[in-house]
Amino acid sequence: MSLEVKIATVSQINGYVKKILDHNIILNNVWIKGEISNFKRHTSGHLYITLKDEGGVLKAVMFRSAASSLAFDPSDGMKVMARGRISVYEAGGAYQLYIEEMIPDGVGELYIAYEKLKKQLESEGLFDEEHKKEIPRFPSRIGVVTAPTGAAVRDIINVITRRYPAAEIILYPALVQGAGAALSIVRAIEYFNAADCADTLIVGRGGGSIEDLWAFNEEITARAIYASHIPIISAVGHETDFTIADFVADLRAPTPSAAAEIAVPSVLELINRINASHNRVTRAMTARIENGRLTLKRFKMRTPKDRIDEYNLRVDSLVKAAEKSVGMKIMTLKRAFSEQAAKLDALSPLQTLSRGYSIPTRGDGSVIRSADEMKQGMEFTLRLRDGSRECVVK
Amino acid sequence: MDKNSEKKTFEQSITELEEIAAKLENGNVSLDESLELFERGIKLSQSCRHMLDAAEKKVSVLMTNEDGEIVKEDFTGGEQ
Repeated sequence: MSLEVKIATVSQINGYVKKILDHNIILNNVWIKGEISNFKRHTSGHLYITLKDEGGVLKAVMFRSAASSLAFDPSDGMKVMARGRISVYEAGGAYQLYIEEMIPDGVGELYIAYEKLKKQLESEGLFDEEHKKEIPRFPSRIGVVTAPTGAAVRDIINVITRRYPAAEIILYPALVQGAGAALSIVRAIEYFNAADCADTLIVGRGGGSIEDLWAFNEEITARAIYASHIPIISAVGHETDFTIADFVADLRAPTPSAAAEIAVPSVLELINRINASHNRVTRAMTARIENGRLTLKRFKMRTPKDRIDEYNLRVDSLVKAAEKSVGMKIMTLKRAFSEQAAKLDALSPLQTLSRGYSIPTRGDGSVIRSADEMKQGMEFTLRLRDGSRECVVK
Repeated sequence: MDKNSEKKTFEQSITELEEIAAKLENGNVSLDESLELFERGIKLSQSCRHMLDAAEKKVSVLMTNEDGEIVKEDFTGGEQ
């Protein structure tokens, strides 16, 4: 019994070690500084790193979700501070650091200061939504607080003049990095507020390291932004850079060009809006007039003149009907007449004459109907088909 | 631009124009009234366009002169 040796499998041992490490409070959340070597970015987006110093190495992995919020591009030889937990990768039989966040070393103090100030200002209510002012939709003057040279100012001017030439741009050239930068930014914001010469302010600069952006993480900058009665759009660095100024500003733009896009409407969209309204007005008015014309027409029908017109029309149609019926009558008469004429024709003595008969008449035109009436020596007229002759009875 | 001027801002003008369009479409107004609205609407749409046309791009820069006063000057830069 006492000689019995407990034999564990590899998996059991790895699992056991993992359990011990995972339950260690210190190893659960630790800041480690070292130099990056063997840096590999896997296609999955995970980062594989070996951290080293003079005395040794530590394998580390940063999963894609954590890596996506990195504010810098890690590379071999870079000194960094990484925070995460130490645990065991059982399949590899190795312990490693699972990195949650990582910053370049040397800014460690800045970073801590940033976190501290952020917490403090947040608790004071400087980031509160209720305090945020609305950005004017149609500003006539845009105040720009940034360096007078470089991509940021160029981008802002280009975008605003392209989108909305109606706005005037007033640039306050400010120091945006190095000694005195924060104060310079504060002065600019205060100037615009005192002179009241802008409807919206864009405060920002192009991308850079955390030290470069530091002026936007200082307390005086934050408080000046908070105190501004002119709405402020912050535009610091790149999409991934979040400065204290961004949290205090009324609106955070990811980049200076984006700030310009937000600050002004697009003139093309506005022209479309105006045209649409213009068309609606004219269409509605045309319809209104058409409507009125119809009403007027109905109204006019009841005036005496229209009644007369109406009667005239009726008279016209009656006349037409009358003409039509008179015409019919004439036709009937005509037909009757020609029938009668045909009958007359049949009875006419002229027909008889043409067959060879002749009619004897006296001088007074009366017809001699009997031979007794014809005395010797009597003169009479004999009518034939084509004429008459004077005759004497023998 | 003078804040106290009687001139309407672009925002006020375009808002009024859109309200007029809606009122006219609604049709609950007398002919006289709608003629007035129509006239006003056309005027507004012209002045809105004008406000967008008229302004040419203007970029100025604030400089400190010898007396330490801040003055506005035309900005031609952005150059490196």
